Amino acid sequence: MSHGFARRLDLRGRVEMVHGGGGRAMTQLVEELFVAAFANPALQALNDQAVLPPPAGRLVMATDSHVVSPLFFPGGDIGSLAVHGTVNDVAMAGAVPLYLAAAFILEEGLPLADLARIVESMAAAARAAGVSIVTGDTKVVEAGKGDGVFITTTGVGMLAEGIDTGGARARPGDAILLSGTLGDHGVAIMACRDGLDFDVPIVSDSAALHGLVAALIAAVPGVRVLRDPTRGGLGATLNEIARASGVGMRLREASIPLHEPVRAACEFLGLDPLYVANEGKLVAIVPAAAAAAALAALRAHPLGREAALIGECVSDAQHFIELETAFGGRRVLDWLAGEQLPRIC
Amino acid sequence: MKYVDEFRDGGLARGLAAAIARAAVSGRVYRFMEFCGGHTHAIARYGLEDLLPANVQLIHGPGCPVCVLPGGRLQMAIELAERPRLILASYGDMLRVPVAGDSLLKARARGADVRMVYAVDEALALARRHPEREVVFFAIGFETTTPPTAVAIRRARAEGLGNFSVFCNHVLTPAAIAAILAAPDAAVRLDGFIGPAHVSTVIGSRPYEACAAAHAKALVIAGFEPLDVLQAVLMLVRQVNSGRAEVENEFTRAVSRDGNLRAQQLVAEVFTPRAHFEWRGLGRLAHSALAIAPQWADFDAEVRFSLSERVLCDHKACECAAVLRGQRRPQDCKVFGTACTPENPLGSCMVSSEGACAAHYSYGRFRDRTTQGESA
Repeated sequence: MSHGFARRLDLRGRVEMVHGGGGRAMTQLVEELFVAAFANPALQALNDQAVLPPPAGRLVMATDSHVVSPLFFPGGDIGSLAVHGTVNDVAMAGAVPLYLAAAFILEEGLPLADLARIVESMAAAARAAGVSIVTGDTKVVEAGKGDGVFITTTGVGMLAEGIDTGGARARPGDAILLSGTLGDHGVAIMACRDGLDFDVPIVSDSAALHGLVAALIAAVPGVRVLRDPTRGGLGATLNEIARASGVGMRLREASIPLHEPVRAACEFLGLDPLYVANEGKLVAIVPAAAAAAALAALRAHPLGREAALIGECVSDAQHFIELETAFGGRRVLDWLAGEQLPRIC
Repeated sequence: MKYVDEFRDGGLARGLAAAIARAAVSGRVYRFMEFCGGHTHAIARYGLEDLLPANVQLIHGPGCPVCVLPGGRLQMAIELAERPRLILASYGDMLRVPVAGDSLLKARARGADVRMVYAVDEALALARRHPEREVVFFAIGFETTTPPTAVAIRRARAEGLGNFSVFCNHVLTPAAIAAILAAPDAAVRLDGFIGPAHVSTVIGSRPYEACAAAHAKALVIAGFEPLDVLQAVLMLVRQVNSGRAEVENEFTRAVSRDGNLRAQQLVAEVFTPRAHFEWRGLGRLAHSALAIAPQWADFDAEVRFSLSERVLCDHKACECAAVLRGQRRPQDCKVFGTACTPENPLGSCMVSSEGACAAHYSYGRFRDRTTQGESA
């Protein structure tokens, strides 16, 4: 690509309003940063849209906006998160993700070096996931009107015939599996925000899950439901599924995997890890007869080594998620109301 | 997790539950009030009611700081927050409490600058960061949160932070226990109390002694871990069986008879008892709350902004008052789970996770269904 600019973009500078103004500065930012990093023919055509061959099977589409503070955290950054979040939304349909579109809202004053780091991280995450970022958009808002950078990604994937993993398909008797430990992402972010320093660093679990999904579906083609417990954690995800499917659930708290530092941090911060966000875990609901095969398939994949069978679906007109506590008592795992807050008393 | 798992051991819990079942005399009903919201939360969170025999009943008490603050004081806070150039710093739970169709969250949506803080230190930091603006800390809570507020006021004076002040709503536990025991039906309804955990680390066990003796009620101070609660229930059952009415301390790892003298001294220096204070549910109680002492009046938001006292009635369908007195269970309230839910609370007990209604709604309401199913 010929540059055609008097000087290369100076990464020691900051985002200015002119970078969103539609003029030469914006074109330079797009070409030298985004197009260079995401390098693929559709994007390099520099049109306002990507022209793509239609994939075989059914199209799956998902979109997700990413706002996270801090922008960089142990285990990832807003760039890798923006790729994983949307790839996972596509993957939870049982689909193979193919393309991403990315829209950036940049805040005036964001160091260009930070933006470059984020874009490089996005590019690396997309390459690792085997998806191409084929079109995009950039806007700049005045200082104080953003949080550094917001990234919206839209993903397109291909879904083979015969696979249906929608939330309404759980049936009484089905087994509920979780692909690994809970709370790692949310606690990593909160520990950063509060400046908490643990002996063992807590690392976000942010990861693209379509490989794990493919392995699971290969072993158990009759998977009923797949969903990733992101915002609102396992509590929100299971309540969504229970309501959509018209079932209740029984869980065993002791069988839900948690990393020890996460458990300690939740205790310290007054949080319930069952409501904390994850970015690299999935919930799979499968017929009881396929539970062992599904668990083995998950555990055989690097992202599912700590997978566990955590409970069963039951018949319940009120769709309660009942949890047998590690203590031997019972309680509801309800939707989270508002935000989790520490105790005052 | 060391120092936590020891107090959540399922095997020990079953052992304690069996001991309680053996100790509880059949044909006799034992009714114990857990004063603190922290206990209410632990009981609901760990499903402790499932481990107790049917004749040992736990009644939720008023020890939830958000729940007992009356609507009038909250409305004063909203009025403060709506002043130009003022930042109101509040604990998060307080933001959602409804008052006469309004709340601090709604005030924030209208443009008031209300910030959620986890601790008073963050309010001090806001005052340092915004010297051109008034920063008011909306102080609520029992004796646990009072010493940090005292420290913050002293620090503000030492740093010359002239834009920092405190809207003081700190309340006193022994006065509330005395008020519950003074109710005409308390003698028959209650056999004893699970006494406060964190509050007692500050005030010690001594302040409960007069009350326990005067009303012949057992009180066992207990930690907030589930095994603490079960151990305290066992100690209460044994006291009742042997006809004792003493203050006992299960939480010896943190509570002494005299409490934290340094904290008490700080509180005595910065605060002074109010003649009266209005409590939601318990009414106007003498010597039940603290005001900022006159020599610290320049940090008292009530003085600085000439606030006048407001008194408001609760929503007429809401039975928070009876719930806070332990006279009604959350699920007995007509609007529980219908008009009043954690998403749209009518009363304060449905807001904080320490509130009896929120705890029952979030963790325990499947038991109501079981009862309905059996009677149908």
